[in-house]
Amino acid sequence: MNGAYSAPPEIARWQQRALIVGAVFTLLFAVGAILDRRQFFHSYLVAYLFWTGIALGSLAILLLQHLTGGAWGLVIRRVLEAATRTIPLMALLFIPIIIGAYQIYPWTHHERITKTPALEEKARLYLNLRFFSGRAALYFALWILLAYLLSKWSLDQDNTADRRFAKNMRMVSAPGLLLFVLTVTFASVDWAMSLNPEWFSTIYGLLFVIAWALSALAFAIAVTSFLTNREPMSRIVRPNHFQDLGKLMLAFVMLWAYFAFSQFLIVWSGNLPEEIQWYLPRLRGGWGAIAVSVVFFHFAFPFLLLLSASLKRNARKLVMLAGLILVMRLIDLFWMIAPEFPPDRFHVSWMDVVAPIAVGGLWFAVFAWQLRKRPLIPINDPQYDSVLAEAQAPAHAEH
Amino acid sequence: MADERDKPESGENYGTDDTDVSASPGHPVSASPRPRVPVSPLYGVMAEFDNPNRLVAAARRTYEAGYRRINGYSPYPIEELWEAIGFHHTSLPVIVLIGGIIGALSGFFMQYYLAVFDYPLNVGGKPFNSWPSFIPITFEMTILCAAFAAVFGMLALNKLPQPYHPVFNAPNFKLASRDTFFLVIEANDPRYDHDEVVEFLKSLEPKEVTDVEV
Repeated sequence: MNGAYSAPPEIARWQQRALIVGAVFTLLFAVGAILDRRQFFHSYLVAYLFWTGIALGSLAILLLQHLTGGAWGLVIRRVLEAATRTIPLMALLFIPIIIGAYQIYPWTHHERITKTPALEEKARLYLNLRFFSGRAALYFALWILLAYLLSKWSLDQDNTADRRFAKNMRMVSAPGLLLFVLTVTFASVDWAMSLNPEWFSTIYGLLFVIAWALSALAFAIAVTSFLTNREPMSRIVRPNHFQDLGKLMLAFVMLWAYFAFSQFLIVWSGNLPEEIQWYLPRLRGGWGAIAVSVVFFHFAFPFLLLLSASLKRNARKLVMLAGLILVMRLIDLFWMIAPEFPPDRFHVSWMDVVAPIAVGGLWFAVFAWQLRKRPLIPINDPQYDSVLAEAQAPAHAEH
Repeated sequence: MADERDKPESGENYGTDDTDVSASPGHPVSASPRPRVPVSPLYGVMAEFDNPNRLVAAARRTYEAGYRRINGYSPYPIEELWEAIGFHHTSLPVIVLIGGIIGALSGFFMQYYLAVFDYPLNVGGKPFNSWPSFIPITFEMTILCAAFAAVFGMLALNKLPQPYHPVFNAPNFKLASRDTFFLVIEANDPRYDHDEVVEFLKSLEPKEVTDVEV
C-alpha cells in the first residue's frame, strides 16, 4: 500500500546535491567569518530568517490546512510536514545568532542603552541576552511540539487508517494556529525588530507571519510541481490543484501587501521622528531602488499574473512565479534587516549571497531526507477518496 | 410501475408521428388520447436523470457524439457539468477586470481631483497629491466596481432576469429545483435531427425523454 506513493529516486539525488552545495558554500561562508566577523553574522541573520521562515510558514499552512480541509492541502501535506521536521535543525542553527548577538543587536551594547532611559529600562526587563535566549528556546519548544504532533499523527493515520488521528490533528490546529501567530509575533520582534530598539510597529509580527507563510507556499508549489512531473504524483495532482494553490498564493501576496502598506501608511501619516527613522534610510538610494523593486516584483507583477486562471492551472508557469516570489522574499527580508547595520549607506556584501545558499543547501538536504521518509500522499486521510475522484474526473473528459 | 414501463415503449412512435403530434406540448408522448394540435417549433429535446453522476456521464457522451448546443439543469452547481457540456470559455473574468480597472482609476482620480484642484487643503504640511493616503479608497473602489461588474455581468451573460424560458414547458421541470437533473439538446444544434436526437437520448437510459416546445 505505502509503496504506491513512495518518493521518486530523484529526491535522494536532490538531497545529495543540496548537501554538497551546502557544504561548499558553508566552507566559503566560514572563510568570510574569518575575514569579517561582523558581516558574517549580519548575512547569517538574513539567511537564517529566510529559511526558518519556510520551515515555520509550512507549519502555519499545515495548521491552517488541517482546520479548513481541501484537496489542495492533501497534495502538499507531505511537503509541508517534511519542511516542519526541519525546525529542530533551525533551533540548532539559532546558536550562532546567540554567539553573534553582540555583533548583531545594538541592545547588547552597554554604552548604547545607557544613552536613553527608556531603552535602558527596555533592556533591563526584556531585551537582555539571557531572556532573549530563553524566549527563543520557548518558541522552538512550542513549534517543535506542534510539528512533532502533526507529523506523528499523520504517520499513525497512514499506518492504521484510524479516523481518530484526523480529528486529533484538527483539534490541535486551532489553538496551535493561535499560539503560532503569537509566538511568531514575539520572535519577529526579538530577532528582527529589536535591531532598531527605539523603533516599534504593532503590525510587524503579522507581517512576518504572512511573509513566512507566503514563502512556504511558494516553496511547496515549486516542490510539488517538480514532483508532479514524475510518478507517483503525476497520477494525483491535476491543474485544478495548482489553481487552488495559485489562488491561495494570490491571497497571500495581497495580504502581505496589505500589511506592508498599512505599516507604511500609518507611519507616513503620523510623520513622527521616532517612527519615520525606520523608513527614511530604506527609501533612499540603493535601498530605495530595492523598495521600488519589491513593490513591483513582490506585489504588482505577481498580483496581475495570478489573476489569470490559465496561468494558475499551468504548473510550469506557476512555478516560475513561485520562484520569483521566493527570490523577492529574500530581497525584502534583506531590505528590512540590512539597513540597520553599518555603514549608513547602501551596502551589499558577497556574504549576503553566499549565506542563503550555505544555509539553504543544508536546510534543503534535511528537507529532502525527511520528504523521502514517507509516502507523498496521506493515503488514509478521510479526504483521500474525494481527491482521487477529482484527479480522475478530468482524465475522462480528455478521452 | 406499469406506467413507467409504458413510457419508453410509447416513445417508440415518437419519431414517426412527429409531424402531426404532439399531445400537449412538452409532455411525454403517450398513447393517451388527447386533442391533437398543430405542431409548433421545438426548443429541443430533454432527458431526465435521477442523479448528478448520470447527468454528467450523459452530458459527456452527448458532447462526444458531436452535439454542441446542449445544456444541463440541476438543483445545485455541479462542477464537472460545465466541462462535460463543453462550456470552456466565459468572458466574465474580462468584464470583472475592466470593472476593477475602472474602479481603481475613478477611485484614485476622484481623490486626486478633490485634493489637488477642487478643495486643496494643507494637512500637516503634506503635499496636496498625498497618494499614499489615496490608496485605501482606491482599493475599496476597485473591489466595489469589480463586484458590481461581476454581479451585473453575470446577470447579463446569463440573460437574467428571464421570466420565460422554453424549458419551463417541460412538465417535470419544476423538479429541477429539487432532486431531478435534466439534459437538453437544443433544436438549433447544427447536427440536430429530431428522430436521431430522441433515439440518442434514450440510449443514455434516462428516466424520461420529452420534447420541449418553444
